[in-house]
Amino acid sequence: MSALERSPRGGAVQRLGRMVPFPAGASMARALVERNIRAYRSRWITLVSGLFEPVFYLFSLGVGLGALIGQVDAGGGRMIEYAAYVAPALMAAAAMNGAIFDATFNVFFKLKYTKLYESVLATPLGPRDVAVGEIAWALLRGSLYSTTFLLVVAVSGMARSWWAVLAIPTATLIGFAFASAGMALTTFMRSWQDFEYVNISILPMFLFSATFFPLSTYPEALQWVVQATPLYHGASLVRSLMLGDVGVGLVVHVLYLVMMGLVGITFAARRVERLLLT
Amino acid sequence: MWNRALAHWLAHYRRVWRGTIISGILQPLFFLLAMGMGLGTLVDAGTSGGIEGVDYLLFLAPGILAAQAMQTAVFESTFPVLGAIKWQRQYHAMLAAPLGIPDIVLGHLVFVMMRVAMTSTIFVTIATLFGAITSWWVLLALPVAVLTGLAFAAPVVAFAARQRNESGFNMLFRFIVLPMFLFSGTFFPVEQLPTALELIARITPLWHAVELCRGLALETMTLAGAAAHVAYLVVLAGIGIQLALMSVRKRLIL
Amino acid sequence: MVAQPDDPPLIAARGLTKHFGDFTAVDGIDVEVRRGEAFGFLGPNGAGKSSTMRMIGCVSPPSGGTLRVLGMDPITHGSQIRGRLGVVPQRDTLDEELTVRENILVYGRYFGLPRSVIRERATELLEFAQLSERADELVEPLSGGMKRRLTIARSLVNEPELLMLDEPTTGLDPQARHALWDRLFRLKRSGVTLVLTTHYMDEAEQLCDRLVVMDGGRIVAEGSPRQLISEHSTREVLELRLATDDHELYEAKVSDLATRVEVLPDRLLLYTDDGDAAAKIVHERGLAPLSTLVRRATLEDVFLHLTGRTLID
Repeated sequence: MSALERSPRGGAVQRLGRMVPFPAGASMARALVERNIRAYRSRWITLVSGLFEPVFYLFSLGVGLGALIGQVDAGGGRMIEYAAYVAPALMAAAAMNGAIFDATFNVFFKLKYTKLYESVLATPLGPRDVAVGEIAWALLRGSLYSTTFLLVVAVSGMARSWWAVLAIPTATLIGFAFASAGMALTTFMRSWQDFEYVNISILPMFLFSATFFPLSTYPEALQWVVQATPLYHGASLVRSLMLGDVGVGLVVHVLYLVMMGLVGITFAARRVERLLLT
Repeated sequence: MWNRALAHWLAHYRRVWRGTIISGILQPLFFLLAMGMGLGTLVDAGTSGGIEGVDYLLFLAPGILAAQAMQTAVFESTFPVLGAIKWQRQYHAMLAAPLGIPDIVLGHLVFVMMRVAMTSTIFVTIATLFGAITSWWVLLALPVAVLTGLAFAAPVVAFAARQRNESGFNMLFRFIVLPMFLFSGTFFPVEQLPTALELIARITPLWHAVELCRGLALETMTLAGAAAHVAYLVVLAGIGIQLALMSVRKRLIL
Repeated sequence: MVAQPDDPPLIAARGLTKHFGDFTAVDGIDVEVRRGEAFGFLGPNGAGKSSTMRMIGCVSPPSGGTLRVLGMDPITHGSQIRGRLGVVPQRDTLDEELTVRENILVYGRYFGLPRSVIRERATELLEFAQLSERADELVEPLSGGMKRRLTIARSLVNEPELLMLDEPTTGLDPQARHALWDRLFRLKRSGVTLVLTTHYMDEAEQLCDRLVVMDGGRIVAEGSPRQLISEHSTREVLELRLATDDHELYEAKVSDLATRVEVLPDRLLLYTDDGDAAAKIVHERGLAPLSTLVRRATLEDVFLHLTGRTLID
């Protein structure tokens, strides 16, 4: 028995795995989540380093540049500090980036290079388990990031309401939407070069989804484009929660993200099946 | 014989250039548009009205020029170097041919400088068309960008040649490159930072590169100031090259 | 460990077919594998062996015919069947981000086995695969033979009733091959049903109780190695290398010495029950071959006779 196995962390893996709820028909997906946790044990520092990126952005643009900006219109003429405006957007964007990274680059690597799923599908696990397992893992990792980020935001006094606690499940929902869609798209990728298309769609979304400056800054025609992006809905949702602007209107954002995630995950499972079970 | 090593990297680049268009050209352009024009309207309307009286777009463009030189140089000196040692093993092939360690290192660094020169020229052209750059002095910022590229590429080659796998690069990007990008004066003057952090920011090579590019683009640079910034970058490049030669030699020959 | 005749077969295929677009990889084969036997699919690359294995392994839906594995239909009960199979794919698919032991532990979890059970089995399996000393190292630096043994050990974690091995020793050096065969013999003795594909004749002769020869997606012969050799070949073969660029010119001069003569680019094969006698006559006729070799007939000769081609081109 190895030292690793004897350590109490063995139980931690199991407990972490159990925390993730799995839909019917994908009950074995938990084993894949356990696998990913195990694979990251030796690279935990890479995992932890991901916490810092949104925090760096928050202090650079929110605090540093924010001091030169002063207050901005958070919608409806309500003026707030720039840092409080940008923090929720950074949280939403971090959820998006983390989910995309796990569900595209990492999944592609396993699909094409390490052939992980070939060995997984030789066991009782099916394509649905693979899709659900990978996405669940992306969400677990994303929740770790969003929780710590929210703590930083709260300690810095940028959260204005107890509704902000709901930003954590919201970040998970954003992660779900992007991880599902990202994994579905990854099944169409042929080479690493194709990932430039991922970058080219993610970066403008990160910068232009009313993340760093309000919707009203855009010309009217562009406002429609901005409002069509998923990150706009994610960022708006998190922002409303952190500012305590909670209303029925938020349901639209939630529905948008839920639909995107469900369509994505269904499609991803089908594509994995088509690719590997030929 | 370093030009033979350079020829290899140029031939390789001819096959993969399409992928670098996005990271090399669109990425800085998106930042310029989002921050300079979008966020810029908030900064210009904000508490201090622009930055030290300068429109935010004009303030930002030279900062992005320097930051892009850093990013291009660091990227081209990490994965390609470890790849040439470990995966595709081009360095070993070059050693088997009559090239020496200095040829290999120099060839790679010259290639990186050419890449930086190319992306910087394209960025400056586009930024000028957007009205984000207005002075002819910016032409002097192009060699500055190339020098910046060298000052970053050389020590990073030394770092990359010592790595067993790519996980160290993650750390480099997250804890060195990204903080520099965000805090060394690209987006706001370092005076905004708390004093301790401001001092650290002023030691970073990117701050010197940003100050140089910005001073030239905004026509505020003094000769003495320029000499000091250039001297810093030249010394860093010089030390970096020595380290790169040592590290690559140690990795390939021992 | 020979099965009772009334035992239901572990694998039963009738008219099994697999198309990929216009290409027919498997063209209506009938196969039955019984509990406890070592069954082989022998044939050159592209004969349809791997496609057949993938269909049996429930990772490739059949295009036609019927297939039952462990008495169940792979289309509707894929997961249940896979839970009782062990699969060793042609290319190792080890998890290189994990250690040797973790590969077995994690794989066992895919079968839903309790951790305590897997831990115990992992220790035994590492022993079996002679990898106990490398247990806590990463997989990547292991040699090809070690990785292959680990793949086999991993496939046994669920104590499968049926172990499927696709080209188990391809790419290994002779020493590693023999070490691996030794492990497979042990498994067979312990009652595991083995199904394997190979394009190596010696492997098929060593390991298989019964085999089918496949070519172009069809089964061209079936039986034990000994049966196949006696049915489709003579007892001995005389190989002649002559000082010529065209061995065909010499065919007529020796055709009366053997029941059959095969002409290969670099030699003639004379099928006869007494190779030494035939060799003597060849010398007496003054043909002066560069070399002569008398050997026992192998499955290679069976394949050559059945298809007119050699196995490894």
